[in-house]
Amino acid sequence: MSEIGKGRKGIEVSIAMADAVAQADVDVIAAYPITPQTHIVEHLADIVANGELDAEFVPVESEHSAMSVCCGSAAVGARTFTSTSSQGLALMSEIFIIAAAMRLPMVMALANRSLSSPLSIWNDHTDVMMVRDAGWIHFFVENGQEAYDGIFNAFRMSEDPGVMLPVAVNLDGFIMTHMVEPVEYVDGELIKKYLPEFKMKNALHPDNPVSMGCFAMPEIYTEAQMSREVGIKDAYPTIVKAWDEWGALTGRHYKPIETYRTDDADYCIITMGSFGETAMEVADMLREEGEKVGVVKIRLWRPFPMEEFRKSVLGKKYLIVLDRAISFGSQGGPVAMELRSALYGQKDAPVVVNYVAGLAGRDVSRKDFRNIILEGKKKAVSGHTDGFTLYGLRG
Amino acid sequence: MDKYSVYSARLVDQTEYMAPGHRACQGCAEVLAVRLILKALGRDTIMAMSTGCMEIISSPLPLTSWRIPWIHNAFENSSAVVSGCESGMKAMMRKGRIPQKKINFVAMGGDGATADIGMGPLSGALERGHDFLYVCLDNEAYMNTGIQRSSSTPYGASTTTSPAGKKSIGQHTQKKNMAQIAVAHNIPYVATACTSYPFDLMEKAKRAAEMNGAAYLHVLSVCPTGWRIPPEEAIKYGRLAVESGMFPLYEVVNGKYSLSYKPPVMIPVKEYLAAQGRYRHLTDTDLHKIEEMAMQEYQRIVRLSEGD
Ligand SMILES: Cc1ncc(C[n+]2csc(CCOP(=O)(O)OP(=O)(O)O)c2C)c(N)n1
Ligand code: SF4
Ligand SMILES: [Mg+2]
Repeated sequence: MSEIGKGRKGIEVSIAMADAVAQADVDVIAAYPITPQTHIVEHLADIVANGELDAEFVPVESEHSAMSVCCGSAAVGARTFTSTSSQGLALMSEIFIIAAAMRLPMVMALANRSLSSPLSIWNDHTDVMMVRDAGWIHFFVENGQEAYDGIFNAFRMSEDPGVMLPVAVNLDGFIMTHMVEPVEYVDGELIKKYLPEFKMKNALHPDNPVSMGCFAMPEIYTEAQMSREVGIKDAYPTIVKAWDEWGALTGRHYKPIETYRTDDADYCIITMGSFGETAMEVADMLREEGEKVGVVKIRLWRPFPMEEFRKSVLGKKYLIVLDRAISFGSQGGPVAMELRSALYGQKDAPVVVNYVAGLAGRDVSRKDFRNIILEGKKKAVSGHTDGFTLYGLRG
Repeated sequence: MDKYSVYSARLVDQTEYMAPGHRACQGCAEVLAVRLILKALGRDTIMAMSTGCMEIISSPLPLTSWRIPWIHNAFENSSAVVSGCESGMKAMMRKGRIPQKKINFVAMGGDGATADIGMGPLSGALERGHDFLYVCLDNEAYMNTGIQRSSSTPYGASTTTSPAGKKSIGQHTQKKNMAQIAVAHNIPYVATACTSYPFDLMEKAKRAAEMNGAAYLHVLSVCPTGWRIPPEEAIKYGRLAVESGMFPLYEVVNGKYSLSYKPPVMIPVKEYLAAQGRYRHLTDTDLHKIEEMAMQEYQRIVRLSEGD
């Protein structure tokens, strides 16, 4: 186990995440550079080179192979980590989907970045939305501490014998990966208690020959898909438990849906990822002006926490949903679409107004948030709720 | 290949790691290659296999033909998947998470998986030097999807995407020389083999697996369906390929070439090609051209083996 000690540090979030991976004592890291994820694997390379972590660092020739190496490594029962962004995720998407379908546990730090074209290295959620339906567990973190903690949470969820699914820890590229933030480290004892050694039941081994990745005829493919659906839904209580136990050990509590000043709110702004912190600040400001606004933050994206989400918003008048990606030719952003369908036909369902903002790193300031919230409220009141608005569009 | 002056029956392990009952075509020499290689490698083997004939004929959920631990993931990535298996096992053994054991890591793919779509992952895995054996099962086309050309399809062969026609000789490019590409990675072991020479194939598989580091084995695997020959003649055609010099059997151990088998009398290439359906449109002039190209490569290997 690594010697990276406990304590509070001011540290770049990527480095803190890499330290967490080392503290989790991974066996295999598959690495390929792509901005803004690169600092994570660079730091892991250092940690392995310095002998602080005993692991195989596999510097592959493409992200497609990174995910393939991860599949092979997970299949023999090794604790497995990789990290990517954007084009890297797009390139590996074929195998990314197979990893979930084959129930291969692994953790990915997914530093969210826009997809080409035009080429852009900056942050939004177009990459993760491309693999929305892949069958991975996806959660979003909002700050450095959550990113660090998220690595342990993710391994715990992924390797649970009742889950056996890959987990992506989504963090906003640059906005988080390149920030220096205060992060409270945990010690080895705590990790040992929280994260048991990975023991895979049917790992590839000559003493217990199994076949993995067989093909299916139509007579059985449907059932195989259903088992995936049941698998990820059934993972939900384990996900919640993984966060609850972390909370009990560290005092840092995480929930699938986080709410801020929603109890007496008439309406809410909904975010996913690092924009949640700005949203809370703006809600405070608006509260002082008499706006009864709250914030709902979606932490767990897949499996989508349907009940918790409904519980948190039913009875509100309207929701202003901030998306960071467009599903071209549809209702708008993937998050708003998800929420609209979650609310359809529900009693006391709020009206949904959808904004897409902050594409490819375009700044969404407090002022912008304020505009979105107040403008969105006006749209809701006047019944202009169809489709979406691309905020800040020039020309 | 061993050379004996007295012949006696050779013993082969009776254990079958590739179970009978798979769905390969009659006379498939590709599945024979798999069977023989597994006999040579034995039970302590983990295999990653590419999508293709051998995967499809062996693993219809919930059945399997594999009596060794086996994983299929995708078409192009068996060498990357096996890199992960090897790395994972290595780390876990080093850390004492699982007991130490010598395991053969093998990746297998067809010529399409190897010479075309999986070339990047293969080159990456060879270059990184994982301790594994890559086996290319070369039946000279994408057979699983219905006999489409690959870059390993020989000049003149008619396939469904390189059909012979009034303005086409069929495949108009030359067969990609995968063994030479493997050699260029400076790995400790590269060899070519053919199922019609079973002991040579098995010895090479064994030797390759015993090497430390990456090894590459290129196996000419006759496919009666795709080559349009009678199923009972698969072994004969493998022999003709070798005896005509079209497919030289050789080894490159730590960069040193040696020809495994020198045909006592070189038979004309025409004997190998003329009766195959995929070449039946060729004229004598075409056959002559093919023979010349084959001889050039054959002589090159001979020269290298003689330390020229
Ligand atoms: C990414 C991708 N592209 C295409 C295919 C379709 N496909 C499956 S097997 C195959 C051909 C396999 O040919 P080869 O590797 O030579 O093996 P063979 O079947 O001849 O043994 C193709 C094209 C696929 N499965 N995945
Ligand atoms: S098509 Fe060829 S390689 Fe495939 S199973 Fe049939 S004979 Fe074997
Ligand atoms: Mg083929």
